[in-house]
Amino acid sequence: MSLLSIQNLSVSIGQYAVLHDVSLKVPQGGVFVLLGRNGAGKTTTLRAIMGLWQPSPGSIRFDGEDITSLHTSDIAKRGIAYVPENMGIFGGLTVAENMVLATANGTYDPQRLDWVYGLLPALKTFWDKPAGALSGGQKQMLSVARAIIEPRKLILVDEPTKGLAPSIIDAMAEGFREISAETTILLVEQNFAFARSLGRDMGVIEDGQIVHTGTMEAFAADAALQDRLLSLSAEGAA
Amino acid sequence: MSDLFGKLGGIYLLPVALALIAFVLIGAPSSWLTLTVAGLAMGMLIFLMASGLSLVFGLMDVLNFGHSAFVSFGAFVAASTLAALSGWLGAPSILLNIAALVLALAAAIAAGLLAGWLFERIIIKPVYHDHLRQILITMGALIVAEQLILATWGGTPTNVPRPAFLEGSIIIGDAAVEIYRLFALVLGAVVYLGLYLLLNRTRIGLLIRAGVENREMVESLGFKIDRLFIGVFMLGSGLAALGGAMWAGYVTLITPALGAEMLVIVFIVVIIGGLGSIQGTLLGALIVGLSANYVGFLAPKLALASNMILMMIILLWRPNGLAPAAKGH
Repeated sequence: MSLLSIQNLSVSIGQYAVLHDVSLKVPQGGVFVLLGRNGAGKTTTLRAIMGLWQPSPGSIRFDGEDITSLHTSDIAKRGIAYVPENMGIFGGLTVAENMVLATANGTYDPQRLDWVYGLLPALKTFWDKPAGALSGGQKQMLSVARAIIEPRKLILVDEPTKGLAPSIIDAMAEGFREISAETTILLVEQNFAFARSLGRDMGVIEDGQIVHTGTMEAFAADAALQDRLLSLSAEGAA
Repeated sequence: MSDLFGKLGGIYLLPVALALIAFVLIGAPSSWLTLTVAGLAMGMLIFLMASGLSLVFGLMDVLNFGHSAFVSFGAFVAASTLAALSGWLGAPSILLNIAALVLALAAAIAAGLLAGWLFERIIIKPVYHDHLRQILITMGALIVAEQLILATWGGTPTNVPRPAFLEGSIIIGDAAVEIYRLFALVLGAVVYLGLYLLLNRTRIGLLIRAGVENREMVESLGFKIDRLFIGVFMLGSGLAALGGAMWAGYVTLITPALGAEMLVIVFIVVIIGGLGSIQGTLLGALIVGLSANYVGFLAPKLALASNMILMMIILLWRPNGLAPAAKGH
């Protein structure tokens, strides 16, 4: 059974049609990776799911409910968290204040917070610092921590490895692996090595259309397919 | 050097530096004290008028050129209330004096809140995300508001009576300090403290500060920012009306053009202070208030141009204003 089902979704931004007739099913559990080149429509897909772009036409069902026309805040309340490409950190607020805003009633479950600290230990050390003063990697950790401070059903993650050092990417992959044991993750990524290490199911988007779906295992094994869809054979082998 | 400047208070020392420079230039301590209190009081009143605009600008990305209509509206509602309670104003009982003042200010705030709600729902809501239309429609709304005030209160200047307990001056040495100005100073400080606590010690304040930085992300965390918008807009219009009411008592004679006259100075303060920042707005307002009084005394011919010159200097130094709210990622 699909946790998230997108049917014939089209999105236009101004005069430009960005997504055309996108259909996608994200199964419950694990990491679903959406791959694609720059400008293919990956971020627009995530923003449409969050209600930040309105589809015209198309429908999005989540956990059995049609969320197509819901307000972004109501979609979030259904249990979907969003880690945007720009991280969406509130730089003028402290890390603690950023975290408290991600809770439904302004209080943390101490056990949950300990679990988050366990996944992202650095978070504890810069807890009272202004979030704007953090490094790129620390901001990314905070953005992820905000998404998991309370149990969610689905986390949308947009290119979390962009601009990060390899050591941080490895730590992040470990974190996502553990998070995906309890929460479904829809990961948008260009770093194929990172995506391959995490993904169970996957799709490829090109020019605003889904051109391939399947298992990551099959896709990773087919260099010709990778080359045709992503021109990634060299990177994929890395 | 910059570390030392930062440790001493950084840009928040600017009003103090301005006052010290003026002390040297003016020479006479009594004149300096009178001008300084007048400048601080004027700054606090401008802060009341401008703080809402700054928040609305920062949180809602709305260029509301009609903001000063709330200033006018508050001034005239307070003037009418005070006129209706003229018996209480002149009464020997200080309690009746205070009651008249409180009722006048409360009426102005209530009128500002109501006008703000109507303004946001009818004028602003259809033009979110469209700056050009915002400018056009809010400028138009300011003209309509002026005409409504003209039709209601007439074109002749309206006298604003003051409660007896705020009349007169306190003599400190050779300096005469108006009691009304001291009251304006204290009221402005109390409102600033209240806003500071609201923004920094409450969850609503946290949401407002977060919303100023990144509205989409606040919504993605499950909060309806539209409700915040209305609340902040009403808060801003209520504060502007309070500022207008206090300003009316400060100048004691008002005309329907009051809002348009205050528009430029309010925008200068918001731009100097930095968008979306209450601290920045207070800082900008105090600097504008002090410099207007000092320049008016030292070089009267420069008085009209002083605010513009001040804004140009500050923007050349800090293009985003003195203490803008963090914005973006």
